[in-house]
Amino acid sequence: MKIKIVSIIAMLLASVLHAQTIDVCEDCPISKLNDAIKVAKSFDTIVVKKGTYKEHDILVDKPLTIIGENYPVIDGEMKGEIITIVSDSVTVDGLFIINVGTSYTEDYAAIRVKRSNDFVIKNLVLEKLFFGIYIEKGRNGKIFHNKIIGDAKEEYNSGNGIQLWYSKNVEIEHNFVERVRDGIYLEFSDDCIIKNNVSANNIRYGLHFMFSNDDIYQDNIFQNNGAGVAVMFSKKIKMYNNNFKENWGTASYGLLLKEINDAEIEGNTFTDNTIGINIEGSNRINYKNNNFISNGWAVKVRGACYTNHFISNNFLYNSFDISYNSNINDNIFNNNYWSNYTGYDLDKNGIGDIPYRPVKLFSYIVNRTPETIILLRSLFIDIIDFSEKVSPVFTPDNLLDNNPKMKKIEW
Amino acid sequence: MLKILKYSFYDLMRSRWSYVYFAFYLLLGVVLLFLNNDLSKAVITLMNVIIVLVPLIGTIFGVMYYYNSKEFTELLLAQPLKRSSIFLGQYLGVAISLSMSLILGLGIPFIFYGLFKSSAIWDFSLLLITGTFLTFIFTALAFNIALSNENKIKGFGYAILLWLFLAIIYDGIFLMTLILFEDYPLDKLSLIGTMLNPIDLSRTLILLKLDISALLGYTGAIFKQFFGTNFGLIISISMLSVWVIMPVLRIVFKAKRKDF
Repeated sequence: MKIKIVSIIAMLLASVLHAQTIDVCEDCPISKLNDAIKVAKSFDTIVVKKGTYKEHDILVDKPLTIIGENYPVIDGEMKGEIITIVSDSVTVDGLFIINVGTSYTEDYAAIRVKRSNDFVIKNLVLEKLFFGIYIEKGRNGKIFHNKIIGDAKEEYNSGNGIQLWYSKNVEIEHNFVERVRDGIYLEFSDDCIIKNNVSANNIRYGLHFMFSNDDIYQDNIFQNNGAGVAVMFSKKIKMYNNNFKENWGTASYGLLLKEINDAEIEGNTFTDNTIGINIEGSNRINYKNNNFISNGWAVKVRGACYTNHFISNNFLYNSFDISYNSNINDNIFNNNYWSNYTGYDLDKNGIGDIPYRPVKLFSYIVNRTPETIILLRSLFIDIIDFSEKVSPVFTPDNLLDNNPKMKKIEW
Repeated sequence: MLKILKYSFYDLMRSRWSYVYFAFYLLLGVVLLFLNNDLSKAVITLMNVIIVLVPLIGTIFGVMYYYNSKEFTELLLAQPLKRSSIFLGQYLGVAISLSMSLILGLGIPFIFYGLFKSSAIWDFSLLLITGTFLTFIFTALAFNIALSNENKIKGFGYAILLWLFLAIIYDGIFLMTLILFEDYPLDKLSLIGTMLNPIDLSRTLILLKLDISALLGYTGAIFKQFFGTNFGLIISISMLSVWVIMPVLRIVFKAKRKDF
C-alpha cells in the first residue's frame, strides 16, 4: 500500500516537474506557437488560447502536446506549410488551421508528420487547404475527429485531405473530409485502419489506395465523389460495412478495383451509383452480404478477373446486375438474391428451382454501342434478352447463379 | 362539341368495356402491390405494362368505337353541326373515358396502399401522366385510321400493325441502326429516334426517373444535357403534346373532306 502511494506521488511529482504547461495567447508573454515550441522542453504541454495566430513553417521537433482551447485559428496566409512534425510522440489537438499555400512543386500540407512515430492528430478543423494531414513515413499514429473542408475545383491544383505515404499502423477514425482531391489517400502504407469516416463531394476519390497492403476500412460513408473508393495495385485489403452513395457520372464508380488480389468485401451498401463496383484484373476476392440498390450497373467486370466469389449478396432494382465484356467466366455466383429473378420455388426451400443468369444480352450490346442505353426497358430489348437467356450466345454460358434466393437476404 | 363529348362520354361510361378496362387496372394494381410489397418496384413493373398496354387498348378501342357509332355519326352529320365538333367530341369522349379508367383503376389501390406518404408519388404521377398522354395519342391515331378506311377489317388490321410497329418493330430497327452506325457519333440520332416514337418517348420520360444513374454512364454532352437536367423532361413532355396535336389536326382536316 505505502509503496503504491509513494510511487503515485513520485509519478505525479515527476510529471509536474518535467511536463510543464505553456500558455500561448495573443497578450501572453508568449504570443506565438513557434516561440512556445522553442521554449518548451520535451513532454511539455502547450495550450493555445482562443485567437488568431498568423504563423507558418511551425516545426515541432520535440515530443510535445499542443492543445487548442476553443479552436484558436492558425492562419498560414497562403505562404506554405503550416505545422511540420519531425519528432516522435507529438499530439496536436483542437486547432483551426486555414490558408495553406498552394504550390506546383511542393506538397504543402496543413500538418505534416515526417519520419515520426506515435503521433496523435485529433479534433482539428482544416479549411482553405492544399494538402490536409500528410503523414510521411510515420508509424503507429492516430488521426481522429478531424474536419477537413476544401474548395478544390480541378484535380491538377488541389491536394488530398489525409495522405499517408510509406506509413504503417495508422488509425484514421471519425474524420469528415469534403471537397478535396482525394478524401483519404494511402500510398505504400500497410496495416492501417480507416473507420467511421465520412468522405463526400471530393473531386477524385473518397478513399484511394495505391500499393498499400493489409489495410482495413469499415463503416465509412462515401458520397457523391468522382468515384467512391479506388483500390489499386494492393493486396489483402478488407472492406467492411461501408456505404457508397450517389457517385454519378461517366467514369464514376462506387468502388473501383484495379489489380487487387485476395480482398474481402463484406456488408457494404452501394446505392444509386452509375457503377457499383468496377473490377479490372482482380483475383480471389470474396464478395459477401453486400447490398446493391438502384445502381446503373451493380458490378461491371472488365476483364482478367479470376476466382472471385459472389456469395449471398442482394441485387435490388439495378438497371444491370452484372456486365461482362467477354464470354469467358471464372467467377462464382451463388446464393444471391436478384430482384430481377423470375423463377419459381416449387419445393419451398427458399431457393429458386431454375438458375439465374445475371448477365443480359442488352448489357453486352450497351458495352459495344453505348448509345443503345436509350432503349433500356423497351419491350423489344426484353424479348431479345429472353431469347439470349434461353440459349446464351454472346454472354458467358456458365455464368449462372445456381441457387438464387427467393427472398431478400437479411443478416 | 361539348354536348357530343358529353354524350359520347356517358355512352362509354355506361358501356361494359369501360368497366372491364377499369377492373383490369384495378386488379393489376392490387395484385402488383400484393405481390411486391414495395411501391417503387411496383411502379417499375407498371411502367412496363402501361407502355405496352395503354397504346394497344387506345388503338383498338378507338377504332372499335368509331366503327360502332358510325350510324349515329351519320345521323349527327345530317344535323346542322360543325363536322370538327362532331368528331372531336367523339374523340375526346373516348380518350377521356379511357384515361379515367386508367387513372382511377391504378390510383385507387395505390392510394389505399399509402401512396401519399411514400416517396414514389412523383414517379407514380409521372406514370399516370404518360399513360394519359399515350391514351390521347393512340386514340387519335386510331380515329385517323378509321376515318381513312371504310373497311372495318382493314381498319383493325392497320390499327394492330401500328401498335406492333411502334411498340416493338420500331425499337428493333432503331437498335440495328445504332449498332450498324456505331463508328459514328450517335447521341443526336438516338435522341431524335426516341422523339419520333411516342412509346419510346414515354419510356425515356420514365427512365429519367428510374434509371438515371445508368443513363449518366454514357459519355456524350448532348445525352448529359438531356438526361442530367430538366431539359429532357421539358422536351419529352412538349414532344408528347405535339404527338397529340398532330393526329388531332389530321382528324379535323380529314373529317372536313370526307364523303359519308
